[in-house]
Amino acid sequence: MSGNTHVSQSGPPLVQLRKVRKVYGTGQAAVHALKGIDLTIHAGEFVAIMGSSGSGKSTTMNILGCLDTPTSGSYLLQGVDVGALTRDQRALLRRYFLGFVFQGFNLLHRTTALENVELPLIYRSMPGGARRRLAAEALKSVGLEGRESHSPGELSGGQQQRVAIARAIVTHPKLLLADEPTGNLDSVTSREIMELLTALNRERGLTIVMVTHDVETAAFARRCIRFRDGLIVDGQPPERKPS
Amino acid sequence: MIRQNIRMAIRTIRRNVLRSALTILGIVIGVAAVITLVTLGEGATAQVASEISSLGSNRLDVRPGQAHRGPGGVRSEADPLEAEDARAIAREVGGVEAVAPVASMSAQAIHGSRNRSTTVTGTTRGFLQVRNWPLADGRTFSEAEERSGKAVCLLGTTVRKELFGSSEAVGAWIRLGKLSCRVIGVLESKGQSSFGADQDDVVLIPLRTFQRRLAGNTDVQAIYVSVKEGISTQKVKEQITELMRERRRISADKEDDFHVMDMQEITKALTGSTQVMTALLGAVAAVSLIVGGIGIMNIMLVSVTERTREIGIRLAIGAMERDVLTQFLVEAVVLSIFGGITGIALGLVTAAIAASVLGLPFIFNAGIVGTAFLFSAAVGIAFGFFPAKQAARLDPIEALRRE
Repeated sequence: MSGNTHVSQSGPPLVQLRKVRKVYGTGQAAVHALKGIDLTIHAGEFVAIMGSSGSGKSTTMNILGCLDTPTSGSYLLQGVDVGALTRDQRALLRRYFLGFVFQGFNLLHRTTALENVELPLIYRSMPGGARRRLAAEALKSVGLEGRESHSPGELSGGQQQRVAIARAIVTHPKLLLADEPTGNLDSVTSREIMELLTALNRERGLTIVMVTHDVETAAFARRCIRFRDGLIVDGQPPERKPS
Repeated sequence: MIRQNIRMAIRTIRRNVLRSALTILGIVIGVAAVITLVTLGEGATAQVASEISSLGSNRLDVRPGQAHRGPGGVRSEADPLEAEDARAIAREVGGVEAVAPVASMSAQAIHGSRNRSTTVTGTTRGFLQVRNWPLADGRTFSEAEERSGKAVCLLGTTVRKELFGSSEAVGAWIRLGKLSCRVIGVLESKGQSSFGADQDDVVLIPLRTFQRRLAGNTDVQAIYVSVKEGISTQKVKEQITELMRERRRISADKEDDFHVMDMQEITKALTGSTQVMTALLGAVAAVSLIVGGIGIMNIMLVSVTERTREIGIRLAIGAMERDVLTQFLVEAVVLSIFGGITGIALGLVTAAIAASVLGLPFIFNAGIVGTAFLFSAAVGIAFGFFPAKQAARLDPIEALRRE
């Protein structure tokens, strides 16, 4: 991690999971998705989460994204105990501190790229002029200048994911959560998207947590965490393969 | 934020023009029905009122029983009026032009082989003056005929036509039930009243004759009074009330057991029935508005299901429950307001056309238009709330997983 100048080891960590358990259902049918995990992520890190399906990585992402809360244990985001917050308070955390990038892009159909990127700013009650300017800047920063008025249907998969990334970063979040961001893309496009994320991490110090199945994709991250059966089994950075 | 919501709603609605149009159809029809019916109802009421006031604004009616019972109200507990009351009013109240005590019953009028079931009214000469009703032929009752209760009668044109056809009526004899009486005059035609009743279907006989030979009592059902021009009807009304209280020996702490209606009250009583009609039709229309609201609720529920993923995205990027709630509520309200405005336009056009066909005045009522507008918005809120709440309560994780 010595190469990453943005990682801040001083002060409270950005993300702190302590003995987090998550149980779905009750009694005989109870599913123990997470069996007590501890995880600390500092501002400026780029973390990959790997593991087979059912290993607990998606549950962890949902908890990190304040979409779900632990059954027991605590999740501190910037020192705030997320487990103690109401649904609306968690929505506000997402609004002001988090950005999401999904495997399936999750853009609004029949809505232009610019409007998709404006969406999080609308919920921040930003006036129209400033909103459009910031959204256009964000699109430019992901290399989609001139595509503002295209709708998702008129864009390629890689371009759609760039719009999604622009939507996630337009609010300058503290933490970007990417759930298999290259899962629907071919290898060339995947590489481009990963280079974009790496650049955002390097140049802006954007903290990224990314779930992936793909070792090559995970190799772009600074640290790799492996999940198995609801537990973290390996927190060491993966070996970088020569490209 | 609300402006964003409205723009978003309009865009969503425009995306599905046909579906949106079908959704608001119920509201459109409901609102159009309310506007049309109320506008036409008011036109009819206004026409009746203007016809009544054209009879002269100087008329007062005295009736036994308390006022504000509406037509057909129960008045049985009050003593009937007497012929002497009418004479007293004529004698003692200043500013009175003419007075006519009136008692009526239905009876069979027979002449030769012809007969007609009609209304026989016992009254005095004053009746023609108060009703402003000239004679077409013959003469009216003389004072002597009234005093002695002679068997003479005046025919309305309908009765004259039925009994005599084209032959001469004046001087002939007809039978009213068991009473045989001589026709001394024929009234001019008054035509139908605003309520469709044939005013010419009537036989007038002297009140005393009516009481002695037909009714068998001395009851008077009403006293019509006309007030001289330039004299305040209000003042005359007060004087009559005072006189009648005295005559009926009503102590100061008791309420009147009779009432004096002026033109306004008569109008109110007569237009009451059209108002009841208007209210009933309005209720029917309100039901169709509710049905329209259910249509909106149905489509909004479908919309929420279709757009689950969109809701998930919005929740993930930081929409609070109330943001999603507002979004869908605004959409429902925008839909229903579209329906309301379309319905108002349609209703006004329909009412204008129908009014000109029916020969009624077209009266634009801003109040009912405003009410219809607010009502349609309220329908949107009421029926949009449940689907919007469903949307707002979605679990973002579940919603994002949905295809």
